[in-house]
Amino acid sequence: MARAALTAGGKRGLILVSPPFLYALLLLAVPLATILLFSFWTQDYLDIDTRFTLANYVEAFNDPLYMQLLRRSLLIAGAVTLVTVVLAFPIAYFVSFHVAPGRKSLWLFLITIPFWTSYLIRVFLWKVILGYNGVLNSGLTGLGLIDEPLSVILYNANAVVITLAHAFAPFAILPIFVALEKIDRSLLEASMDLGETRATTFLRVTLPLAMPGVVAAVLIVFIPTIGDYVTPRLVGGPDGLMIANMIQTQFLKLNNAPMGATLAVLAMLSVTAVSLLFIWLNRRWLRGPK
Amino acid sequence: MTLISLAGVNKHFGDYHALRDIDLEIREGEFFSLLGPSGCGKTTLLRLIAGFEAPDIGTLHIDGRDMAGVGPNLRPTNMVFQSYAIFPHLTVAENVGFGLRRAQMDKPDRARAVDEALEMVGLAGYGIRAANALSGGQRQRVALARALILKPKVLLLDEPLSALDKKIREQMQVELMKLQREVGITFILVTHDQEEALVMSDRIAVMFEGGIGQLNDPETLYRRPASKRVAGFIGMMNFLNGRVTATGPEIAVEVAGLGRYRVPAEQAPGGVEEGPVTIGIRPETLSLLFEGERTDRMEVAGRVDEVVYYGDMTYYDVAVAGIDKPLTLSMKNRIGRPVLDVGSPTRVAWDERSLVLLGR
Repeated sequence: MARAALTAGGKRGLILVSPPFLYALLLLAVPLATILLFSFWTQDYLDIDTRFTLANYVEAFNDPLYMQLLRRSLLIAGAVTLVTVVLAFPIAYFVSFHVAPGRKSLWLFLITIPFWTSYLIRVFLWKVILGYNGVLNSGLTGLGLIDEPLSVILYNANAVVITLAHAFAPFAILPIFVALEKIDRSLLEASMDLGETRATTFLRVTLPLAMPGVVAAVLIVFIPTIGDYVTPRLVGGPDGLMIANMIQTQFLKLNNAPMGATLAVLAMLSVTAVSLLFIWLNRRWLRGPK
Repeated sequence: MTLISLAGVNKHFGDYHALRDIDLEIREGEFFSLLGPSGCGKTTLLRLIAGFEAPDIGTLHIDGRDMAGVGPNLRPTNMVFQSYAIFPHLTVAENVGFGLRRAQMDKPDRARAVDEALEMVGLAGYGIRAANALSGGQRQRVALARALILKPKVLLLDEPLSALDKKIREQMQVELMKLQREVGITFILVTHDQEEALVMSDRIAVMFEGGIGQLNDPETLYRRPASKRVAGFIGMMNFLNGRVTATGPEIAVEVAGLGRYRVPAEQAPGGVEEGPVTIGIRPETLSLLFEGERTDRMEVAGRVDEVVYYGDMTYYDVAVAGIDKPLTLSMKNRIGRPVLDVGSPTRVAWDERSLVLLGR
């Protein structure tokens, strides 16, 4: 049957789809499979012992250091997501509802300008801003608002949250903006006409209809931040390190690729779990797309 | 009794003068239409009554209350939007009950009110459906139920039938009229479709370029249009050139190609002066005379220029010596009555009582 089904059209379809399929296989499936495979192997001094074992997973769950890093990564990524989305919403709302239609693309363009600089340079700049003798501290000291430089804003988790929230702002603004743009303005008038005020119209109509954009923004910000490596390394200090830093240490410093792979798989699994939870919440309670 | 009154209302959008000196009184319980071509200001006027726009100058009173500074959520008006504006994230029942949240009502009462409203518009049992799974006609009914459930003093309808196809539109016209009679609420309908306005309304205001051209009941509007513009916008009309030679209770008029006549002043509803005048004749007041047919009306010879067959009716264009454009006339098709060919010589019967004198 399967052979018979492979008609000329079917063959042509297969030929058409094979380049992207190979591409996806090489760039997505192979690396993922390799990581998964490595996580079931162990490092035996200089060689890799390729016998299947779950020892790495057992160790990862039992070592409090790994679990603490994973928990912290989740917390920081959660905080970054919250801050980013909460700050991005008003910006997206303003551009969508209060900027003249001809000016909207200009505004979006302006929003992306800071992102023309390299990510690394922007993280370094935050170091300059948040540092002990940085722009913020010297400014506040000069104004006499504080007596000594604030230490809570650099080399800890707060600094990581601030820096990442800035880095991911446009990725949150754009999907929310698109969702707001799609809202038929007559719906808002209808709500007002039916007795709601501006505020209750926002809660009953605008916000629920913008929810798909908010969910997209949450996922777009949350997924990459949990595995972020540069920012915690540069501004995180010892208390701001995240799971990606440990993965890097395992691969490059401790020469323990299987343990690094195991941690990478665990990080992926937590992202998956949180994302699924959020999508489920959206469907169940927020009336997102079914 | 007057329910809505507008006095000296003007509205500008930038340089664009959307409404010019509107004075208007709308009575309680009537079916009122704002009719006009697109861009005439009819929708602006409706939005102004709803509270989405504020007049630059002039006042608006609804039920004796000045509406200046009163938001749309606090007015005794509800609107059926042109796009229907059905909330896509809610079910049909939630849409219909949207405005009840503010009402002091407990849950079972609210559910009963929603059911009643749905039944009223013929959608009983549709409550649990998702709103975006409805057809155009059903969406319109939901929009109606959602507005009427709040028992407004005025229901505003912004081209509610324009998105529907012909059959459903005609059916909805009748249903809307019935509904209006049942609930007794004042309906204000905005439309660019003159037939729709004639069929449904108690009174019609014809609007052009931000002003009201004529305000009358449908029959007067059709039979006695006050200007060439109104006459041309409502129904079909033949326009002939002519000249008024004397005015008074009887007007002496010379009609190009048809001769001199004296007509009572009521046939010039807009008033005329001596001099050139436009004369209107409706197609259905003219008739073709078939071979051997005699008439006690006046007749004039001509030649068939164009034939358009509609099934129940046939429209003829007949060229008549002395009239620059062919006369359009409509004939009911009857058994034994032939449809003439283009080019056939014929005679047209007409009556000076059907002339309408339209001032410049």
